[in-house]
Amino acid sequence: MQKDYNTLENIIRLPHKYAAGPIFTRFYDGLRAGKILGSTCPNCKKVLVPARSFCPQCHANLDEFVEVAQEGEVVSWAYSDKEFFGSPGKPPFITALIRLDGTGCNFLHLLGGDGLNTLENVQAKVKKGTRVKVVWNEDKIGRMLDIKYFEPVS
Amino acid sequence: MGRPVAIVGSGQTRHGRRFDVSYPELVKEAVDAVFENTGISPQDIDGVVSGTMPSMMEGVALTHFYFADVLRSVGKPILKTETCGSTGVSLAITGYYWIASGLADLVLVVGSEKMNEGDSQATMTTVVEPFYQRYFIAGAPGVFSMQCQEWSNRFGIPEDKVREAATRITIDHHNDAFDNPYAHIKKRLTPDEVNNARIITYPIRLWDVCPNSDGACAMLFASEKMAKKLGLKSAWVKGVGYSGEEYWFGDSEKAIWQCAIDAARQAYDMAGIKNPRKELDVAEVYNPFTYQEMLYYECFGFCGFGEACDLVLQGVFSREGELPCDPSGGTLCTNPIGATGLNRVAEAALQVTGQAGAHQIPGAKLGLAHAMGGVDQFNGVMILGSE
Amino acid sequence: MEKRAEYDVITDEVAIPYEVAYGPTWTRFFEGLKNEKIYGSKCEKCNRILVPARSYCPRCFVEIKNFIEVDQEGTVISWVLTEYEYFGMPTKPPFIGALIRLDGTDVNFLHLIGGFDLSDPDNVRKRVKNGMKVKALWNDDKKGTIMDIKYFTPVK
Repeated sequence: MQKDYNTLENIIRLPHKYAAGPIFTRFYDGLRAGKILGSTCPNCKKVLVPARSFCPQCHANLDEFVEVAQEGEVVSWAYSDKEFFGSPGKPPFITALIRLDGTGCNFLHLLGGDGLNTLENVQAKVKKGTRVKVVWNEDKIGRMLDIKYFEPVS
Repeated sequence: MGRPVAIVGSGQTRHGRRFDVSYPELVKEAVDAVFENTGISPQDIDGVVSGTMPSMMEGVALTHFYFADVLRSVGKPILKTETCGSTGVSLAITGYYWIASGLADLVLVVGSEKMNEGDSQATMTTVVEPFYQRYFIAGAPGVFSMQCQEWSNRFGIPEDKVREAATRITIDHHNDAFDNPYAHIKKRLTPDEVNNARIITYPIRLWDVCPNSDGACAMLFASEKMAKKLGLKSAWVKGVGYSGEEYWFGDSEKAIWQCAIDAARQAYDMAGIKNPRKELDVAEVYNPFTYQEMLYYECFGFCGFGEACDLVLQGVFSREGELPCDPSGGTLCTNPIGATGLNRVAEAALQVTGQAGAHQIPGAKLGLAHAMGGVDQFNGVMILGSE
Repeated sequence: MEKRAEYDVITDEVAIPYEVAYGPTWTRFFEGLKNEKIYGSKCEKCNRILVPARSYCPRCFVEIKNFIEVDQEGTVISWVLTEYEYFGMPTKPPFIGALIRLDGTDVNFLHLIGGFDLSDPDNVRKRVKNGMKVKALWNDDKKGTIMDIKYFTPVK
């Protein structure tokens, strides 16, 4: 027998301060200056982006920062049309894995511009390998969304 | 019973407000230290155990995924253990099980917390269900104050005597912390300062309470075969015990605290300990609050019920006493919760291998490590020996 | 990059909504509170009367089907005066949390003690003693939550 009983509505709120540490601070400083910074592993030679302090596969320490290309290819994408409590933006939005030119891993960000506001348009314009480039926000605050989105290169 | 298990090394971070590094970078500091201290290569480990207190302490759920890279776990199995305050000892027991079962020969065990990134008591409130207890718990200090009052009332210990013993404990430990390079709060306290400190949750005052610390601890657990091959100074796990009780705080007695008594008894039975006060050389008792440390002395059979205050005032559990407790300064001076219990195990291992430096108890061969978790609900004990 | 004591800090607040199901036992317990009754349950195996009411005994693991109204008076087992506040604290300090053994029951009931001035810890200490008798004081406006009991207040 299914019976509905009372429910208790409750919002858990927790305040946080995240320490960015030296590497992310420098990466964010790069974004504020309109640059995307990565790190090169001296062992496997991969360029990793965002920049990091060590190679997760080789365990080599990385302290060299390199500026990477602001253009790349779409590896994969998802069209989100559902808003949830606390979701990062108003739908629709398109998240994507992008292989920036010359780098050795995929960079996660958004696709936008160029009429990419309906599923049909995205399906028509975005394929695996589609060339995209960074569009910067005018006001940069040293955070991930200083990059507004990546937009197809016409 | 399983295979013999050795602890072949540990690494602790500097503790405090660590906003000079991000959370994964803090964990990396402990992981790098254990590999550097032992000369072992990350490639040689068979698996990783990781844990924090409630994950949401730092706003990232399931922190072991967040730490996958710094834990050197790419391509290896990873387990998470999370039992609130007792997480650290639960982590050590998880590592112990993995080796004792014969399924691994070398396991990395890591505990961490970055308490200054969140609001610790607000997070702990989410450990408590929203129907009944959440209104009344008042964070960890509220729970422990009630336990203290229940205990002193049960054994008719005068309030002034409890205060005097608690004051002695906090002064001693904050002095001890000066000799522990990893300790967070080091301070020369006076009785007046302690007795007149502001009330947090009566009868608990400021210096009865552990700090919010950022820190991490990493340890390597090994099979006998691996320990012999490595040839490092090793501490051997002689006994483990873990016991819990009902969820609701009012359901079980907290003065004669059965889960603490049972956890110690399980570990003693396994280690063949009959008289812990005589046989143990050192104990790293989990002491987030002064009063609770005394309750543990009684539950662990270091003395009879109702006797701890007198013995503390006689110095039985001080650095030069019969059974030195928390020569590291303990949780009272350093409390990165998810790492705290593992710090107890690491400190006991340093003691029985003669590597504790300035706070070494001379000739220590048998040590106890302990942590408590849940809403005053779980206790875990590990006994370490030099052979 | 040069060493610094602090680098960039991201300030954030995590907020997550929940809708928590009461289920049959809590529903009936809280309906009891609305009617100024405190319900417990008796375990038929260990014969303990447990409060709040529940559907199983946590020690004997046997199912419990009964609801028993328990006494609204009891004895203070332990208490704590809370003076500090943290983010989102559901009850504002100062307040006294207490374990209360309601007459005829076998576990401690967690609630508040109140009804007098809490601003001075020394006064509170004189006023509140372990072993003293207290009784439930009800809120006029009852919502079917644990706070329908305003607090327990000393019995003269």
